[in-house]
Amino acid sequence: MTGILSLVIWTPIVLGLVLLLIQNKLSTTLTYRLGNFFGFISFLVTLPLYIYFDKGFSGFQFQEMYPWINHFSINYHLGLDGISLPLVLLTSFISWLVIFISSNSIQRAIGFYISVFLILSGLMIGVFLALDAILYYVFWEAMLIPMFLLIGIWGGPNRVYASIKFFLYTVLGSLLMLVAFIYLYNQTASFSILDFYSKPLSLNIQVLIFLAFFMAFAVKIPMWPVHTWLPDAHVEAPTGGSVILAAIMLKLGGYSFIRFAMPISPDALIFLKPFLIGLSLIAIVYIALVAIVQTDMKKLIAYSSISHMGFVTLGLFILNPLGFEGGYVQMISHGFISAALFFAIGVLYDRMHSRNISDYRGVMNSMPIFGSFFVLFAMANSGLPGTSGFVGEFLVILGAMQDHFWIAFFASLTLIFGATYSLWLVKRIIFGEVKNKKIAALKDLNGKEFFVMSVLALMTLAIGIYPALITDITNQSSQVMLGLIQQSKIL
Amino acid sequence: MTLSTLLTIAVPEIIILIAAMSVLLLGVFYKNTTSLFGITQLTLLIAAYFTAQLPIDVKLTAFNDMFIVDSLSMFLKLLSYFALSLVLIYSRSFLQIRNLHNGEFYALTLFALLGINLIISSYHLLSLYMGLELLSLSLYTLVAFDRNRPEATEAAMKYFVLGAVASGFLLYGFSMLYGITGSLQIAEISSKLTDASINPVVLSFALVFVVVGIAFKFGAAPFQLWVPDVYQGAATPITMFIGSVPKFASVAMLIRLLFQGLDHMVLDWQAMLLIMAIVSMLFGNITAIAQTKIKRLLAYSAISHVGFMFLGLATGTITGIASALMYIAVYVLMTLASFGLIIHLSNQGKELDQITDLSGLGKQKPWLAFLLLLIFLSLAGIPPTIGFYAKFSIIQATVQFGWIWPAIIAVMSALIGIFYYLRIIKVAYFDEPVKNLDQVSKSSNNELSVTLSINTLALLIIGLFPSSLMDIATLTSALIF
Repeated sequence: MTGILSLVIWTPIVLGLVLLLIQNKLSTTLTYRLGNFFGFISFLVTLPLYIYFDKGFSGFQFQEMYPWINHFSINYHLGLDGISLPLVLLTSFISWLVIFISSNSIQRAIGFYISVFLILSGLMIGVFLALDAILYYVFWEAMLIPMFLLIGIWGGPNRVYASIKFFLYTVLGSLLMLVAFIYLYNQTASFSILDFYSKPLSLNIQVLIFLAFFMAFAVKIPMWPVHTWLPDAHVEAPTGGSVILAAIMLKLGGYSFIRFAMPISPDALIFLKPFLIGLSLIAIVYIALVAIVQTDMKKLIAYSSISHMGFVTLGLFILNPLGFEGGYVQMISHGFISAALFFAIGVLYDRMHSRNISDYRGVMNSMPIFGSFFVLFAMANSGLPGTSGFVGEFLVILGAMQDHFWIAFFASLTLIFGATYSLWLVKRIIFGEVKNKKIAALKDLNGKEFFVMSVLALMTLAIGIYPALITDITNQSSQVMLGLIQQSKIL
Repeated sequence: MTLSTLLTIAVPEIIILIAAMSVLLLGVFYKNTTSLFGITQLTLLIAAYFTAQLPIDVKLTAFNDMFIVDSLSMFLKLLSYFALSLVLIYSRSFLQIRNLHNGEFYALTLFALLGINLIISSYHLLSLYMGLELLSLSLYTLVAFDRNRPEATEAAMKYFVLGAVASGFLLYGFSMLYGITGSLQIAEISSKLTDASINPVVLSFALVFVVVGIAFKFGAAPFQLWVPDVYQGAATPITMFIGSVPKFASVAMLIRLLFQGLDHMVLDWQAMLLIMAIVSMLFGNITAIAQTKIKRLLAYSAISHVGFMFLGLATGTITGIASALMYIAVYVLMTLASFGLIIHLSNQGKELDQITDLSGLGKQKPWLAFLLLLIFLSLAGIPPTIGFYAKFSIIQATVQFGWIWPAIIAVMSALIGIFYYLRIIKVAYFDEPVKNLDQVSKSSNNELSVTLSINTLALLIIGLFPSSLMDIATLTSALIF
């Protein structure tokens, strides 16, 4: 099975480039159909990963390694473990859904739009699979270019500001991460992540390295107080861009914490634990309060994302198996739920061209199917048992309780606040009297929208009812990672 | 040493000299400038052939050790021929449209190239100065080449006065070095500087003057004043030339003088280069943000790139030289592409002057906009373009030397740089068109657009496979000493 990982990365990129080159010669419908087909192929090629993945094996599978830049012993080294597999599948799946539904909302340059998504999905998968720091960095940075164009070309009125802010914020962190990589290279004479794991470092150095990584990943995830780019980017991005941002790009930050920052500098992690948990709790509580007062529904979901990501970081930094597992499940679950919520907002926006909550009331009357889905996802977002949102939050709170009562107490406040903003949103948009004629004339979901909503609902419920779907895959690798994290690396 | 060996060593320079004089003469009597273009290109090819024949792993000196041929000279000379060849291809249609296409242009560029070659191969302060003056005088004339434009004359005047001051500094430093060592030959200076009886005050003055002279020629801050005016004032092909090929000579001059001549003073010039590197990076990048004209913006970006190069060289290590050589090669390739794009877009008659003139490029000319995207991402150092690996090697050399904070300042200034490069991409892709760019390709010739496409795609392709370029730069620097 060697070569499958390269196939998974390069299929969407190459197909995206092909589409980019031939789009001018095709009609819009044909471009869309071809793009959709390409997206579906790119999703299909990731399925063998799930089928042939050995759940009992804790190391990296399907490894590929070729020398790339000999002079700095940089290799084209790919590998897949239980931590990356669910994220890779999530990426290819959500990317295909975004392409699938693009014909509803994008009128201008749809070929370019779809190819940007294809290339973006290939690059994001590359980030999840790279085992060489520089290869990882190249994917990580290259990914910004399509996202930048996406927000800037198809975005809302303030798109230029949002796109540049997004780019600069992310690059700020990643440049410091690059310096950390180069420092580690000078210590280990290798850019292999696995060599970084085994290198003992003094506490001072570990703290500096951790902070450099922290700048990169905290911006991406994002953690309070470096989250301010996210609401802007979300509000300005087109529906597809918001979905990818929330469902996958934020996960890159969480994944990278697990893959880099935590195992490379475990002692710094313990040293900085109070600080990190403090930031996570602020994100959970304060950002949830901020979400309540939003008047723009996309912004509301964006803030709710940050709050949920606070749960992820809390789970990861609490440094026990329950928290770790909870944080990870929360990432995957949020990938589906936030994608669904942004799709839902896209559905409304395509019809009404407004994201103001006050412009809506009583949507349920004209769009009953949509309304039901919306209620389901809002419930999942607030952590209703039976949905995937519950599993992650519950595990994280359990983990926090093992650590300290007050951490768990503040973390569980989110169950109240999350329910507040989610249900209040539902109340204001979905229920109530029909506000005006425009709402009364709304058409319910069309076939494509129904398909997207139902598969996402299915996934949310499936993970909620049977979380082992995820945890079976991650189990072995999480133990390895936790082992690395709990082992002191001080010289 | 027999005459024939002497000739073998210096044969590329002799060919260039003969060609320069012939082109000058032919240009007077013979009005077919297309054949002059051909002759110049052929000269570059022949010179490259003979340069490549020289051995890379042994140092050969000639003319009483005034002239040296080694790995460094081979690397930089071949790059100079290549870059000049591209400059000529880009320039031709631009000059033809504006009635500036005449024999003097080719003669002057060839003389400038001869000066560059001479600097690269000089192992003696006199031959170095001779090469420098030959280069500078040709450049002053080239800047004033479009003599009907007052800006060009003004820029030439500024360039001349400041360039003369810089040459004066350098010459003053040289004379002090001669005064304390009694020699002008670089290897001899190096060996005599170990002598304890040397007056350290005079020596440090000599060093300061030499470093200031070099920094002037490079355009490093705080000696950068001429750069924006000259970039803006000169005709775009001339700017392209000034911004690219002579940089190779400046690098050679720095390595010959500081690494080979004043190598015992490494701790002193290291600090100077480091400070200038940091000042250049920050000043160049911060000032560039405020620019509205594209050539001025590229001028300030050039200052910041020089800062990056200085940072690599300031380490004083072989790795540092390798990273700087890699950087200069990449930088010149990017500069050629960026000015090539400006020339291509200026070829409909009206010059592309303001950044806002680019607006709507993404809608009207998707391919050119894509090339612009690649060029500016590369200048910004975003992977997978080659600009990233250039910055990467510099930072690697810096961190390896133990300079963590300079490396962090460097990446932070690169971050500032990304902002204004992104703004150009933003104008091209996100803004609505204000002027019609549709006629561009009609009035421009095919060879230009093909060269531009290849040059720009090279930024991406070498970026995906940067290994061989890094290996060459490392090999070159390892063989210098």
